[in-house]
Amino acid sequence: MTAPGLLTALLYGCVLAAAVSSGNAEAAAPWNLQPAASRLAADIHDLHEWVMILVTVIFVGVFGFMFWAVYAHRKSVGHKAAHFHENTTVEIIWTVIPLIILVVIAWPVTKTVIAQKDTSNADITIKVTGYQWKWGYDYIKGEGEGISFISTLSTPRDQIEGRAPKGEHYLLEVDNELVVPIGKKVRVLTTAADVIHSWWVPVFGAKQDAIPGFIRDIWFKADKTGTFRSQCAELCGKDHGFMPVVVRVVSAEDYTKWVAEQKKLAAASADDPNKSYTLDELKARGEKVYAANCVACHQATGKGAPPAFPPLDGSKVVNGPKNDQIALELNGKPGTAMAAFDKQLNDVELAAVITFTRNAWGNKTGEAIQPSEVKALRK
Amino acid sequence: MSAVIDSHGQAHDHHGGGYGGIMRWITTTNHKDIGTLYLWFSFIMFMTGGAMAMVIRAELFEPGLQFVNPDFFNQLTTMHGLIMVFGAIMPAFVGFANWQIPMMIGAPDMAFARMNNWSFWLLPFAASMLMLSFFMPGGAPGVGWTLYAPLTVQMGMGMDLTIFAIHLLGMSSIMGSINIITTILNMRAPGMTLMRMPLFCWTWLITAYMLLAAMPVFAGAVTMTLTDRHFGTSFFNAAGGGDPVLYQHIFWFFGHPEVYIIALPAFGVISQVIPAFSRKPLFGYASMVYATSAIAILSFMVWAHHMYTVGMPVTGQLFFMYATMLIAAPTGVKVFNWVATMWRGSLSFETPMLFACGFLFLFTLGGFTGLVLALVPVDIQLQDTYYVVAHFHYVMVAGALFSAFAGIYFWLPKWTGRMYDETLGKWHFWLSMIFFNMIFFVQHFLGLAGMPRRIPDYPLMFETWNKISSIGAFGFGLTQLLFLYIVLKAIRSGEKAPQRPWEGADSIDWTMIPTPAPYHTFETPPVIK
Amino acid sequence: MAQTATSATRQQHYHVPQPMPWPIMGSTALFLMALGATFVFNGSMGGWVSTSLGFMILLYMMYRWFGDVIRESEGGKYGRWEDLSFRWGMSWFIFSEVMFFAGFFGALFWARAMSVPDLSSLLSNELLWPGFKNLWPSAGPGFAEKFTPMGAWGIPAINTLLLLSSGVTLTIAHWGLVNNKRGQLNLFLFLTIALGVTFLGLQIFEYGHAYSELNLKLSTGVYGSTFFMLTGFHGFHVTIGAIMLTVMLFRCLSGHFKPDHHFAFEAVAWYWHFVDVVWLLLFILVYWL
Ligand code: HEA
Ligand code: HEA
Ligand code: HEC
Ligand code: CUA
Ligand SMILES: [Cu+2]
Repeated sequence: MTAPGLLTALLYGCVLAAAVSSGNAEAAAPWNLQPAASRLAADIHDLHEWVMILVTVIFVGVFGFMFWAVYAHRKSVGHKAAHFHENTTVEIIWTVIPLIILVVIAWPVTKTVIAQKDTSNADITIKVTGYQWKWGYDYIKGEGEGISFISTLSTPRDQIEGRAPKGEHYLLEVDNELVVPIGKKVRVLTTAADVIHSWWVPVFGAKQDAIPGFIRDIWFKADKTGTFRSQCAELCGKDHGFMPVVVRVVSAEDYTKWVAEQKKLAAASADDPNKSYTLDELKARGEKVYAANCVACHQATGKGAPPAFPPLDGSKVVNGPKNDQIALELNGKPGTAMAAFDKQLNDVELAAVITFTRNAWGNKTGEAIQPSEVKALRK
Repeated sequence: MSAVIDSHGQAHDHHGGGYGGIMRWITTTNHKDIGTLYLWFSFIMFMTGGAMAMVIRAELFEPGLQFVNPDFFNQLTTMHGLIMVFGAIMPAFVGFANWQIPMMIGAPDMAFARMNNWSFWLLPFAASMLMLSFFMPGGAPGVGWTLYAPLTVQMGMGMDLTIFAIHLLGMSSIMGSINIITTILNMRAPGMTLMRMPLFCWTWLITAYMLLAAMPVFAGAVTMTLTDRHFGTSFFNAAGGGDPVLYQHIFWFFGHPEVYIIALPAFGVISQVIPAFSRKPLFGYASMVYATSAIAILSFMVWAHHMYTVGMPVTGQLFFMYATMLIAAPTGVKVFNWVATMWRGSLSFETPMLFACGFLFLFTLGGFTGLVLALVPVDIQLQDTYYVVAHFHYVMVAGALFSAFAGIYFWLPKWTGRMYDETLGKWHFWLSMIFFNMIFFVQHFLGLAGMPRRIPDYPLMFETWNKISSIGAFGFGLTQLLFLYIVLKAIRSGEKAPQRPWEGADSIDWTMIPTPAPYHTFETPPVIK
Repeated sequence: MAQTATSATRQQHYHVPQPMPWPIMGSTALFLMALGATFVFNGSMGGWVSTSLGFMILLYMMYRWFGDVIRESEGGKYGRWEDLSFRWGMSWFIFSEVMFFAGFFGALFWARAMSVPDLSSLLSNELLWPGFKNLWPSAGPGFAEKFTPMGAWGIPAINTLLLLSSGVTLTIAHWGLVNNKRGQLNLFLFLTIALGVTFLGLQIFEYGHAYSELNLKLSTGVYGSTFFMLTGFHGFHVTIGAIMLTVMLFRCLSGHFKPDHHFAFEAVAWYWHFVDVVWLLLFILVYWL
């Protein structure tokens, strides 16, 4: 049969063609776990490597034997079949030996599992909240306590839809990166506001599902500085593929500096919910809030993506009584993707985005919603 | 397969009062007819699910969104998974069971011949419901075949149709299992003791029990999803005291046994094919039976290995890890027994045997990646990445699907009385083998390097492997058209098959029944000595 | 229980039934019902048309299918061998029902042992659900209204007695059948049905009470969900059982069944006892503890 030879050539041809045609990926395609940036990840690496060696040996052993058996006992060379069909001794042996191998594997793994679960004595605690489709970070204990921000994909739509060349960190870049100091034990508490997400940083060996209504925890301790990138790892709806996790590990001094900066920034831009804003102020601010929070579903044009995501342009709610819309934005609509924004946005932001939607595209209510009105409707 | 119709039209009439034309197929109570229906249905579903995979692979050919929007991509992934598992693979093996079990144990038909008809005729309706969901407002559910709450609560009407489809599929499986269990326990010919049955019957007996225990639980899980969606219950909603993770526990209590429900009948087919082409009895028959039972029992105790990242207590993680690792032992016994069967046999490599060897090789590879995934810390890195996708396609495509191919080639002569084209069969095997590895081997690398599954677009570093994988997928898909051609050609103009085309095949379906098998066999029980 | 047919108990021919159109009719019915329900659940009431049509087809199909089976049975087509098949079939069907209920009991277990404690843990109190306490019955931290849980010792206790006695009356009816005392059979079968129907009536009354006075609804958090799903599915099974018993009663009245050949009756009795046992579990786990 010449088929195998022909086919092997075909296979190599295809591989070559694929390699040549992928112009973007000049660097060698990655084929193993990402280089570790924490002790835990390094341990996982070692475990994986070790188990791979072990199973490769077994694999080669078993199939080496099989191919030899197949080759030696071909009918075409006139081999006559033997008639044995049982041998208790070998059957016991090949049940027991794998069991022993399994125990040998289980031992070091168990130690890593226990270490992985030990979230005590953390230096910094950060709460991570998964939203459709962005991450909220709240520093709740340790240096930086009180810092809080939302982290959203910053890759432009044009790159995704092929109207612009893709950047180096395509789909792995965000507006606000999570910043942590090197060498400090960071405890991460995950939760979610809508559906299950999964917060994942491979280089730390850290992955934890974020479950709505529940708090779960993991920890990591970075031993390298740098920016580490990954993605949400649990299907969470339409834009699951577009909610990266980006962590920047910095030195202790840089971290202190960063914390001070954040505090200053927060103080400067603190919104005053008791102030009264003009229509134009609200619209300008609202447009930004809209771009950051609403476009994923309702689109920049306000046309939405019916039937799943209704248009806001011309919507009855947006052009109806304002309190209904405020309530909707605050509480979301349970059972649909329309999320509650009461925790993600403050009164000023909500007032702004509502004002914006009521005065954008074809909507012309002319109303300016004030933060105090939003505050009044908060539960 | 239609040859059966031609040569046995009259034979059929002797029962009197039958129906003709299309009504014959709709009303039939004959296990062979029903087996044929199952097999064709399964093939159509394989095409449908495969076509969806082709779109998925086309979209993933390069970074960026090209063909489908993310919502639709998720719908395709979900339906690809559901259709392949419930529409293609499971019905294929029920088809084999229908054709073969009565002939292998010397029974006149299945124990409940009419219920058998209903088991089948629920499937096309369930499948239509799955497909209809694409046309509902909001489209088909885009939640993954695992249907995790609470994402399911956000879906449109398609979700409800999918839930009802699962109810129908569940009914079908439960009735089918009851039928198989009863047939095997009550319909064996005198002298056909349990431990003399061909191993295929054993694997199906055990699989049927697993279905009975697992399917109703899945039905319960989707029912709770339905009431959470529409009747204000809070099973999976924290605000009401429920828990999204509860859904996962219930789902995987079904879902893990489900993957062995797919694997065990495949093991059964392989256990018929390998001895036949080794011209030597199956090695370690008894230990095969025990190993299969052990796998079945263990498989109900390992479900949470799909949930290492939900944040279980460490004791839970360790328990499920150890239990999962244990399954490697009985599975290993099976692999070793198959290899020992070949050893010192007199081997020839017709297409069924090639697929069986391909199965053995690649399934074991998939088993080993399963073992890697079983290790909690390693799985933390790999959970929900393409490594998992690679793992399960190795066990389900190279495992179950390849063994289904082996079964078709092996039994086609018995069913139709005609031989398939051996040269084309070999081409089918080699092309499948090569393209299969091209699709899925590289996905291990993608997973290790950190590519999540269920995404329509990906970072640039994953491009090369995805290209290779997509090219492989198109090749694999086209190869399956060759398979269709081979089967049709065999049915229409294949050479006449001898009574026993495979020298080494010695179960009673080969030795006591003419080839092609007449419409009715063993109307009076044969005596097995 | 059932055992393998030995050569002694098995006749030469196993009855392989004629082709028939009922299965596909059943599938069509279920399809129409599911499609209709999908529309109804999503607010298009037109779905009722499809659902009702489907349901009527289903009833017709069952009437015809079971009619065929009864005719064959009374026509002496089923011997010992077929009888054994039916026994195996029914046993494993009941097993699958057990697993169905197991799923819902699992949900109850999870809510009580895992999710409610977890939601009231220190961390959860601090960050998500301040003040939520680990108490059962619980409707969860997001549920503001007050409700009263269902007590065990009122109607539920009476219902337990009713169902247990129905198990006894059914057994007495069965003895009547075996000993060819048709009067005893008919009387006690009727009593069994009466007890079952009374049970259902009380159950409906209890639901009304829950909704109107206890503010306990299907939407009352996980307690309400598990309570109504478990008792509701059980009630549904009692209904089916009662219908099947009624069919048996009519068959008995028209002289069907022989002392040594009455598997349909036995199957229904098995089913009824299974429903009984599920109720005991419900009584203990849902109402009492
Ligand atoms: C036919 C189906 C099938 C089969 C047979 C298996 C077999 C196994 N699977 Fe797999 N699995 C799936 C289908 C299957 N799986 C699917 C569909 C999913 C994903 C579902 C989803 O999320 O969508 C999945 C996912 C999955 C996960 C979860 C991954 C994740 O999401 O994070 C895990 C983790 O433990 C796992 C483990 C295993 C193991 C240990 C086996 C073992 O049974 C394998 C045993 C076999 C061997 C080990 C090889 C032969 C043995 C020897 C030669 C003996 C000597 C060996 C040693 C001593 C090591 N599988
Ligand atoms: C036994 C079941 C089974 C089978 C046989 C297959 C077969 C294939 N699967 Fe699939 N797969 C699953 C079960 C299965 N799969 C499951 C359970 C999932 C998880 C879903 C989820 O995440 O929820 C999954 C997910 C899955 C993914 C991940 C999607 C994602 O995460 O977003 C991918 C991606 O490559 C994939 C690819 C393929 C391919 C290329 C084939 C090929 O083998 C298919 C080849 C067959 C054909 C192509 C059909 C025949 C030919 C034609 C119809 C002619 C037309 C052909 C051309 C135009 C070339 N599958
Ligand atoms: C995750 C997707 C998503 C995001 C993000 C989102 N929405 Fe929505 N929105 C929806 C969906 C889905 C609905 C439809 C709900 C329904 O079925 O009634 C909706 C409905 C609405 C409506 C009512 C429209 C109508 O006519 O019924 C308004 C107003 C609205 N959203 C405003 C906003 C604003 C303002 C933001 C940003 C702060 C936002 N949405 C962000 C998904 C989203
Ligand atoms: Cu968030 Cu996926
Ligand atoms: Cu599993």
